Amino acid sequence: MLRARARQGATTRLRPRTVVLAALVLLAVAVFGVVSGAGELGWQRVLGEIVAQLTGGTSPLSEREAAIVWELRAPRVVLAALVGAALAGAGAAFQGVFRNPLADPYLLGAAAGAGMAATVVLVFAPAVTGWLVGPLPLAAFAGALGGVGLSWVLGRSAGGSGTASLLLAGVAVTAFLTAIQTFVQQLNTDTIKQVYTWTLGGLNVSGWDDVGVALPYIVLAAIVLCACGRLLDVLALGDAEAASLGIRPGRVRLLLLAAASLATAAAVAVSGLIGFVGIVVPHIVRLLAGASYRVIVPLSLLGGATFLIAADYVARTVLPGELPLGVVTAFAGAPFFAIVLRTSRGRLT
Amino acid sequence: MTALRLREVTAGYGKRPAVRDVTATVDGGGWFAIVGPNGAGKSTLLKAIAGLVGFQGSIAVHDREFSALSRRQRARELGYAPQDPLLPTGLTVTDYVLLGRTPHLGTLARESRADLSIVDDTLGRLDLRGLAARRLGTLSGGELQRAVLARVLAQRTRLLLLDEPTTGLDIGHAQALLDRLDRLRREDGTTVVTTLHDLTFAAQYADTLLLLDDGEVVASGPPGEVLTAERLRRHYAADVEILTTATGHPVVAPVRGQSAADPR
Repeated sequence: MLRARARQGATTRLRPRTVVLAALVLLAVAVFGVVSGAGELGWQRVLGEIVAQLTGGTSPLSEREAAIVWELRAPRVVLAALVGAALAGAGAAFQGVFRNPLADPYLLGAAAGAGMAATVVLVFAPAVTGWLVGPLPLAAFAGALGGVGLSWVLGRSAGGSGTASLLLAGVAVTAFLTAIQTFVQQLNTDTIKQVYTWTLGGLNVSGWDDVGVALPYIVLAAIVLCACGRLLDVLALGDAEAASLGIRPGRVRLLLLAAASLATAAAVAVSGLIGFVGIVVPHIVRLLAGASYRVIVPLSLLGGATFLIAADYVARTVLPGELPLGVVTAFAGAPFFAIVLRTSRGRLT
Repeated sequence: MTALRLREVTAGYGKRPAVRDVTATVDGGGWFAIVGPNGAGKSTLLKAIAGLVGFQGSIAVHDREFSALSRRQRARELGYAPQDPLLPTGLTVTDYVLLGRTPHLGTLARESRADLSIVDDTLGRLDLRGLAARRLGTLSGGELQRAVLARVLAQRTRLLLLDEPTTGLDIGHAQALLDRLDRLRREDGTTVVTTLHDLTFAAQYADTLLLLDDGEVVASGPPGEVLTAERLRRHYAADVEILTTATGHPVVAPVRGQSAADPR
């Protein structure tokens, strides 16, 4: 009996206990993000409002104060969770597909495509209003998917279905689109500050519109990525062995990159370019929970959500003004990443 | 029963494919070794049988034409281990061996208790239970080769294709691995097809050898018939003597060149 249990312990499985724990941490951080923040509402009173909403009791907050909680803070926290989950989940998938610990969701031109498209919109169509979705998120979304699509087509035409040619295509597309962006920007220096701010990422939202925009894509992608965790493990054996196990590596890669890029594009559309989440979170999960993607993908989704809510809290409270979110993730992420690297020599591949 | 039948198989790309016109039959439960000098096309032939390189001609596995089988069906008929497998060093031995169950699972399905018990059983047969929770990156060369073999065995196929399974092992570890493979093969009635560059090992374990040179079959049959000093001189450009062990197996012994042999 004891032996049987010990042997079962040798497989890396997603244990219910772990998921519940990660979900509870996420929930706690989310509640913390809603009840505390700029503006003097007092955390006890906001907590009272949440309890009142859940139980139908009377709230200690005025109507205007309640609106701050439910129309400003709550959507922002939810959006941070969605973006964090999207970037971390996509990062895990990219690392698996490319068998490279340094791969991130922007590797195939998603960031460069979105950046170029956003710049073009900010320069040529800054005043368009009245659309269901603003032109900036729409352009960023389309630009990100366009960049990845271009890399895919170029990689295929260069060398079949292998990952090396795809990777190089991503480098070429990124350089090309960034060049266009820089050129457009140089011709229109008055918009540099706006472009720059967008590039650093942020979640300046009011209301639930952005959540509605990003939610369907990110949820869909998250389901696909979670379902493909085992296939990512098979891909780690290399294309020949994966094929000998009855898998079509090229198709699996296409499915995974499409799902991950959809999530990335949705995230970039509503939050700009937030770096480091896609690399740091999956690696932390890998070190804590094991190297099987059956575990890494779902826990990265939960961990990414938690990490970005916390980072956004720091971004909006540390200084009187607001820090760009990308700055916070890099500032907190980079040293942490360095420590993780030091303590884990040889365990990341 | 015939486990594998090749008819005029030509595999590889370009004007001069790496393997040309190979015809051979492998009996069920036998050990069939593909031998030949470097670059003869041994690995390419094995990959063609595994469905990993395109080929012309006909390959039938357990009397079913290869082209009539889906990828997944093939993966249930034959297991393949490459010469230099990519090893995800962070995975535990159990997780790694579990990947061998892939052809038996739905594309997006999770492994069941039955799969885990097959994995546990396979680990036991290869004396890997003690290492079940260890990460691949912490294993020695011999342990890794056993883990790779376990990965293929967990696939539970009747035909195993192993490309140089003793790569990187010293003589003792290589012998232990081949002995183990031989025992498992007999217990299960599995057919084994390997490439082996060590001719003495090939002669001791295989019941049939297929000697390839420059992509073509130059001899096939029992080791004692295939391995002659004359043939090895012609195809390997090697000076050898064929000795015989006490058990009657041929031994290929290199003979030192004449000029160097004389110290004066």
